[in-house]
Amino acid sequence: MRIVVLIKPVPDPASAGERLGPDGRLDRAAVPAVVNGNDEYALEAALKLVALAPEGSDVTLLSMAPASAPETLRKALAMGATRGVLVTDPALAGADAVSTARVLAAALRELEFDLALAGVDTSDGVGGTVSAAVAAHLGLPFLSYAARIEPDEAAKAVRVRRISPTGYDLLEAPMPALISCTQALGEPRYPSLKGIMAARSKEIVSRSLADLGIDQATVGGAVATTAVLGTRTPPARGATEIVRGTPAEGASRIVELLAARRLI
Amino acid sequence: MGALWVVGEPGPEHGLARISTEIATLVRDLAASSGRDVVGIVVAADPGEPAAELARYLPVVFAIQDEAADALAWSSVAAAHVAALATADAPDLILAGAGPDGRDLAGALSAQTGLGVLTNATGVAWADGGPTVEMSVFGGKLVTTSGFTANRGIVTVRPNVATATPAASPGRIEPRTVGGPTLPAVRVVERVSEAGTAAPIEEAKIIVAGGRGVGGPGGFDLVEQLAGSLGGAVGATRAAVDSGWIPYSQQIGQTGKIVKPELYLALGISGAIQHKVGMQTAGTIVAVNRDPDAPIADFADLLVVGDLFEVGAALLEQLRGRSG
Repeated sequence: MRIVVLIKPVPDPASAGERLGPDGRLDRAAVPAVVNGNDEYALEAALKLVALAPEGSDVTLLSMAPASAPETLRKALAMGATRGVLVTDPALAGADAVSTARVLAAALRELEFDLALAGVDTSDGVGGTVSAAVAAHLGLPFLSYAARIEPDEAAKAVRVRRISPTGYDLLEAPMPALISCTQALGEPRYPSLKGIMAARSKEIVSRSLADLGIDQATVGGAVATTAVLGTRTPPARGATEIVRGTPAEGASRIVELLAARRLI
Repeated sequence: MGALWVVGEPGPEHGLARISTEIATLVRDLAASSGRDVVGIVVAADPGEPAAELARYLPVVFAIQDEAADALAWSSVAAAHVAALATADAPDLILAGAGPDGRDLAGALSAQTGLGVLTNATGVAWADGGPTVEMSVFGGKLVTTSGFTANRGIVTVRPNVATATPAASPGRIEPRTVGGPTLPAVRVVERVSEAGTAAPIEEAKIIVAGGRGVGGPGGFDLVEQLAGSLGGAVGATRAAVDSGWIPYSQQIGQTGKIVKPELYLALGISGAIQHKVGMQTAGTIVAVNRDPDAPIADFADLLVVGDLFEVGAALLEQLRGRSG
């Protein structure tokens, strides 16, 4: 089983320090980068799948990110991935979802895999549209919002439980396929000390746009389809009223507030 | 001049998703400000009912009948039809919901048409010849207004941005057939409903949520009773979901759902940033927590300091007293 996991370094959401630069783009230098949370679930799922059938199996990380990304990728390698591929090019600064999907699709086209996994969205953009676009570019079956992934190597097919509003849909498609992954797949492992040591010598291959045969003028900020026109700070919430007292007093105050605001 | 399209998404029992009626209501206002036509599009194995529902909100609905929309993953089937139609008719704006189906559709459609995507809109307006989209970013710290460089594109819209209101008179339904490239088939083997999961939590007007402080699956009985009494849905933090007390579908926060209910009642929730980003735009936030210094004290409207079971039980009793 050969698996590619799409990994995006994102500003650490726990830092609460994300901001836009003067150009209206995310300021990636403002906050330390971490592996996007949902991508870690994808990677964990990949590592569990290859562990079931280790023979001839591997997990390749694929990332489109600034040249500083290897630091973040090492953490994902330390979890147990085999190697990394980093698509990096100065022309990609300010790339929108359209460019990103095109570039990731071109990079995936060069790799051999049975499954490509990605997080359902990223904590910086939260758009959640790129993996569907990558699948459409490549003509791959797209199975989304996975809570469980069950490949059948003999049948060259994969079954996925897709979270639905009322439960789940059981989906099936031939491999290779692209799957978007949720937290329901299970908690990501912590890298072991051995894993961290091993990650230092794992290969991270850098690919430029020229390597992928993409004209620099056709992707990136210069041809972005969307632009930030303005920003505002949302009105601050009012002061918090703090009530101490008996449970009945606390409950009464809640009922009063809800009634005053016509919520009950 | 291209029209404004609303793609109707599948809802419960072969009907229409509520988000599509909200977007249809929102876009009717845009029709006036943009001077453009508004069109609904329904792709379904049996488009009759969802198309009729969408036509209550919009003057024209294109109904595309395709058996595959039920037998295969809906978004890939719908995206192929809408992309083919968009190539022929060149709309200026295509809107879908910001939930799983709408996102999957928007991504595939973007790849097929080359149109840009703006996501998670909390407002859509018209300025300088094109749509402008408001989004709440960085966990609600900032609101951005964005546009399309070509003045055309695809937008996904958050739930509860508009209150669904039918038009004065229903629109007409036009059956359409479009041919074009299809996307790879993803077969739906079966659809499974799980007990205890009601309407999508993103659509709920009232959410009662439990966190680590709820202490166990049994603790969610109280959360559920309060939700039932208030006519709301049950939500949870990641800690409660990871502990297996409640399904992932109810998780609110960074790796769960982002919600904007009118009332968010947080029980035993500290309000860590990962949870806060999923709920801080709620209309009214009421918290019950033993710790007066918990982060939620900084952004709740009302914090009742106390034991959530004691306060919750008293609240349940008082709410029942009111309705009885």
